[in-house]
Amino acid sequence: MTKSEGELTWKDLEIGSIVTEPGNASQYQTGGWRTQRPIHDTNKCIKCGLCAIFCPEGCIEPNAEGYFEPNLFYCKGCGICARECWTQAITMVEEEE
Amino acid sequence: MTEQRIGIEVSRAIAIATKLANVDVVSAYPITPQTHIVEDIAELVANGELDAAYIPVESEHSAMSACLGAAAVGARTFTATAGQGLELMHEVLYIASSMRLPVVMAVANRALSAPLSIWGDHSDVMATRDTGWIQIFAANGQETFDNVLCAFRIAEDQRVLLPVMVHLDGFHLTHMIEPIYIPEPSQVDKFLPQNQYPLPLDPNKPITMGAFAPPDIYTEVKKAQQVNLTAAKEAILQCWKEFGDCFGRYYSPVESYRGEKAKVLLLVMGSFSETAMSAIDILRGEGKEVGLIKLRLWRPFPFDEIRRAVRGAEVLIILDRALSFGGPGGPVCSEIRSALYNEDKRPKVIGFVGGLGGRDISPGGFKEIINRGIEISQTGSEREFEMFGVRE
Repeated sequence: MTKSEGELTWKDLEIGSIVTEPGNASQYQTGGWRTQRPIHDTNKCIKCGLCAIFCPEGCIEPNAEGYFEPNLFYCKGCGICARECWTQAITMVEEEE
Repeated sequence: MTEQRIGIEVSRAIAIATKLANVDVVSAYPITPQTHIVEDIAELVANGELDAAYIPVESEHSAMSACLGAAAVGARTFTATAGQGLELMHEVLYIASSMRLPVVMAVANRALSAPLSIWGDHSDVMATRDTGWIQIFAANGQETFDNVLCAFRIAEDQRVLLPVMVHLDGFHLTHMIEPIYIPEPSQVDKFLPQNQYPLPLDPNKPITMGAFAPPDIYTEVKKAQQVNLTAAKEAILQCWKEFGDCFGRYYSPVESYRGEKAKVLLLVMGSFSETAMSAIDILRGEGKEVGLIKLRLWRPFPFDEIRRAVRGAEVLIILDRALSFGGPGGPVCSEIRSALYNEDKRPKVIGFVGGLGGRDISPGGFKEIINRGIEISQTGSEREFEMFGVRE
């Protein structure tokens, strides 16, 4: 996509606003919906990966050290990871804070 | 090879039209008074006379959904429904038009429950007014047959790519046996090119249809849709012109019957306009300067044609076969009234609602409507509109 959705005029749209570029949903910043952000405490994290399994957005992955981290471009702040974490290593904090 | 004129029920003629158009997919659910249409198509497919996929479904919602899928792969797609069936399709109708899928549907116009009524009026259509479909009203069997053929060409026109409803009045048309000219297959093939949907679903060239749109793009999508439907009129006019050149029957968005120099005009849609013609003849015989306007193209609304057609008149009487409860009366009347509001010279617009739930209006009835309309134009009325023929 040469233009972002916010720049497209009605004349730029394909018929029926068909998306001709497969997989371009990855360009959509669902993180913009977030009001709360997950904070991972590496002292409590046992690297079990349960947060990544439960994440409905599929945006939690282990970093180089094996600790799990959310990709905040996609994370909607739903808090499921924090709810499911066995060791309570994840805390949801307000974005405003 | 020439056309053959045969006596045939209008519903059955529609089935023949879909056969002549070589439809690929038909998905429908039977509902009175539309049933004969899909019943006959099912038979044509079962007999091997029509090489099409006939998808029986459990509801009209599914019928329209199946049609969307078929149209999305580039199949020529047809369905038919009526009344409650059209209502059950409702949410899917918007999806067909916004996704620019050229489905053709015959609607056997029927009243809505409650109380249950299987008989004809325009309540079902008017609820679908804003669904973004092209909507054509037929006045008789031949018009219905011809416009089903035209509907495929209009819908699939590369400039249009929109779904089309062809409206025919329940029972007053669906169940009438009329003499109808049926063309030869070769004549139809010449008039109706193959469907070439430009962006069909194809595993080798993946696309996404019907994706979601956040607030920063939705308005642009709707603007594109509005421009597209409005501009479709050009393709509709061209189709009707070329249909006329092929078959000798010419259609227009608005048709006038003895309307030239008429001081009083009556405007009607659908099969009632045929009866209204008789009333005009009677009144003309009595020396009254009255004429009739038939509105054939309901969407896109033919603003210019309507304004031109009523320009010289002093009184315009409009009969709606649907009622907008608690509102200004009939939808057709209120749209035309607002289309004329900014004109320097415009007729007085008098609205009537009648012919509901299959109640007939005879030529004598139309005469009464016209005379009452003239009376109101002189004396005024306390009401926005009057209901014709209601027992007080």
